[in-house]
Amino acid sequence: MKTSNVFVAAALAGLTIGVHARASAPQQFPQQQRTPGDPAVIERGRTLYSVSCSACHGVDARGGQLGGPNLLRSQLVLMDQKGEQIVPVIQKGRPDKGMPPMPLSEEDSQAVATYLHSLLAIAGRQGSPPPSDSPPPNVLVGDGTAGQAFFTARCATCHSTTGDLQGIASRVTDAKALQNLWVSGGVTSGRGRGGRGRGSASGITATVTLPSGEKFDGRVRRYDDFIITLVLEDSVERTFRRDGDQPKVEIRDPLQGHRELLAILTEKDMHNVTAYLVTLK
Amino acid sequence: MTLRQLLAIGSLAVAPIVLSGQGKGVPPADLLKPLGASWPTYSGDYTGKRYSALKQINRTTVKNLTLAWVTRLNEGPGGPGFGGNRSPVIVGGEGTGPFVPGVGGDTNKSSALIVDGVIYISTPDNAWAIDARAGSERWHYYWKTRGGTHVGNRGMGMWNDYLYFETPDNYLVSLEAATGKERWHKVIADFNLQYFSTTAPVIVDNHVLVGTGNDLDAPGFLQSFDPVTGDLQWKFFTVPMNPGDPGVDTWPSLDAARHGGAQPWLPGAYDPDTRLYIFGTGNPTPAYTPGRGEGDNLFTCSLIAVNVDTGKMAWYFQTSPHDMHDWDSAQTPILIDGVIGGRKRKLVSTAARNGYFFTLDRVTGEHIVSSKYGLATNWVASIAKNGSLRRNPEKDPSIGGALVSPTAGGTINWEPPAYSPDTGLFYVSERNGYTLFYLTDVDPRGSMGLGGVEQVNVGSAGSYLTAIDYRSGKVVWRRPYPGPGNGGGGGLLATAGGLVFAGDAGGNVVAYDAATGVPLWHSRIGGVTAPPQTYMLDGRQYLLVAVNDMLYSFVLY
Repeated sequence: MKTSNVFVAAALAGLTIGVHARASAPQQFPQQQRTPGDPAVIERGRTLYSVSCSACHGVDARGGQLGGPNLLRSQLVLMDQKGEQIVPVIQKGRPDKGMPPMPLSEEDSQAVATYLHSLLAIAGRQGSPPPSDSPPPNVLVGDGTAGQAFFTARCATCHSTTGDLQGIASRVTDAKALQNLWVSGGVTSGRGRGGRGRGSASGITATVTLPSGEKFDGRVRRYDDFIITLVLEDSVERTFRRDGDQPKVEIRDPLQGHRELLAILTEKDMHNVTAYLVTLK
Repeated sequence: MTLRQLLAIGSLAVAPIVLSGQGKGVPPADLLKPLGASWPTYSGDYTGKRYSALKQINRTTVKNLTLAWVTRLNEGPGGPGFGGNRSPVIVGGEGTGPFVPGVGGDTNKSSALIVDGVIYISTPDNAWAIDARAGSERWHYYWKTRGGTHVGNRGMGMWNDYLYFETPDNYLVSLEAATGKERWHKVIADFNLQYFSTTAPVIVDNHVLVGTGNDLDAPGFLQSFDPVTGDLQWKFFTVPMNPGDPGVDTWPSLDAARHGGAQPWLPGAYDPDTRLYIFGTGNPTPAYTPGRGEGDNLFTCSLIAVNVDTGKMAWYFQTSPHDMHDWDSAQTPILIDGVIGGRKRKLVSTAARNGYFFTLDRVTGEHIVSSKYGLATNWVASIAKNGSLRRNPEKDPSIGGALVSPTAGGTINWEPPAYSPDTGLFYVSERNGYTLFYLTDVDPRGSMGLGGVEQVNVGSAGSYLTAIDYRSGKVVWRRPYPGPGNGGGGGLLATAGGLVFAGDAGGNVVAYDAATGVPLWHSRIGGVTAPPQTYMLDGRQYLLVAVNDMLYSFVLY
């Protein structure tokens, strides 16, 4: 059940970002490609694991305080197809590594193997462990009073807690989202693995002055060294060819202040300001 | 270099070996020559410079470049051709499922081999031979995959008439260059352990040097295979695998080391004088969280020199000790014969993903320069006497969030840099994004792979084409890639025509003046995805540029 939910979620995520409708299977590794085990067997394996294995290997199979290794990255577990490697280890132990034999029957040992395979099947992408049930930690680690002082000194020149930021914490109730919002100035994006994040020109405006002196003001649709496209006041797009310094282009980025802040903002100041902003209900 | 000299090199190349009568191919001795009319290995030659001696296209003539042809790489077993020039598909592989375009599907991130008028090019699961004059397809080989991460394929290697490429499900496949017919395929890493293979094999004499990749806490290794039989010659692990191995004391346990990562994601450079192959290694795992002690985690994020005949390490230099941000140091390094302090030195330079530039003695590994080239890079607390960067732990992913530049994607990623001996400048694309790194898995055992964090990009101080003095590490100039987003996708090409070619952030391929960074020519063909390349045919110089699945060849008429 859990497994198929993950597959559906992965497929949906693929649909939203890609042009092609993608089945997820060919992207995956053997552990995610196998036919899911019988849910009743998995459940029994889970119980047997928690009784016999979790003390050493951890309740989540990611290793335990008694020195049992993380089984979700164990070569033996990853190589195992249907218990042929896992079952003998459970039953005979690994005396050379300090693991005693466990008094589990063949069938029970198989159930533990099936359970471990069910965990591998729902592991995240890029080697992440299976999703955890525990809630994410609270990001509020700062001091609101110190944050208010920083705000007054650095932010109040553009922003006001009785103006644009009035009730900000009621509009953005999650502290992490609020921190992302204020640090970035509102333009965030997820991680691009290749580092080629596509930014957006939103909010950027420019004035283009032709050699004749004629001026055009507008929102910047796009620009590079060779052309600039403005959306003029009447929503009409106009593209200007650029040749070195001609025509004259003045670009205004409302986030310039935030960009400058990124270079000097310490973790402590950032956490303090967030702790202050969450009080602005 | 004159045309006559180029032709002379071309005829030398043909002379020694004609193995099967099927074309001329790339005799290993050809790979010792500087890059010119053809492009016979990943970086063009062994030095990694991506500096072509061709100069018909130069600062004066570049404005006259015109499109010679355009074609589309049609992945998979069927589908329409482009301009009606599709050839029958040769199907190989061990997979049984239907064809599905992958994550990297339709995106060409490879360096083509350009030999005897033919372009050999690859994407995950696909290889083509394309007529370099006409743009038409000669053959197309398609590999039915068993799965795995399809993030990219960096290209092929060529030994005489044979081609070699790696597949995402971890095979080394060898083809006949003339026909595209498969000779053999060999398993190079265990698919069960979630390895996946993206890099381009590099040929040195009778060695096919092969790297692989992995995100799930598995050890990295470089292997050497026999080009004829495909048999393993040696295997070099990039993390300690046995008690007493060098570097094991930089991990909390042998078990941690054996799960430590350090994948050789990209091709290296080769120095024939010392027979050292110099390549970079990737991040430690788990990448962002505790779980690997407080030590340096050797030999992750390092430049490593191995002897190509023995697979034994001669030296290493770690460019990101105890990395906490997935900043691989796998970038292809560049070999430079330069002068430092009035003395001639054999050097190697690299611009790492972590925003720092390094120059070392490539014979001994002795450190010469560590310098910051990422304008916004903010994670280093100090630089030790031996050039080793010591990180600021405040910048490790934390519960409240750490504000870090560069992003996990890095100041540079896989996209190769270039070097021009004419200007003495090392060129690299520089990206200055900021990311908030939140630790979401607070388990003291650490997470696994690239798990345990949430990353939010919160702005950028811009991206640049950046020229660095390799002797001092000082940035000589920065040319902005204007607009939002990052420039430099695909990587760089430098030429004796005084030019550096790059893709900017606005979807242009641009020829920049190598001395000043001023743009001299551009074409808005879309965001460039693979390194621009150049070749010479019939006395004319071509420029090859890739945009996703499209391939553009420009020429001077």
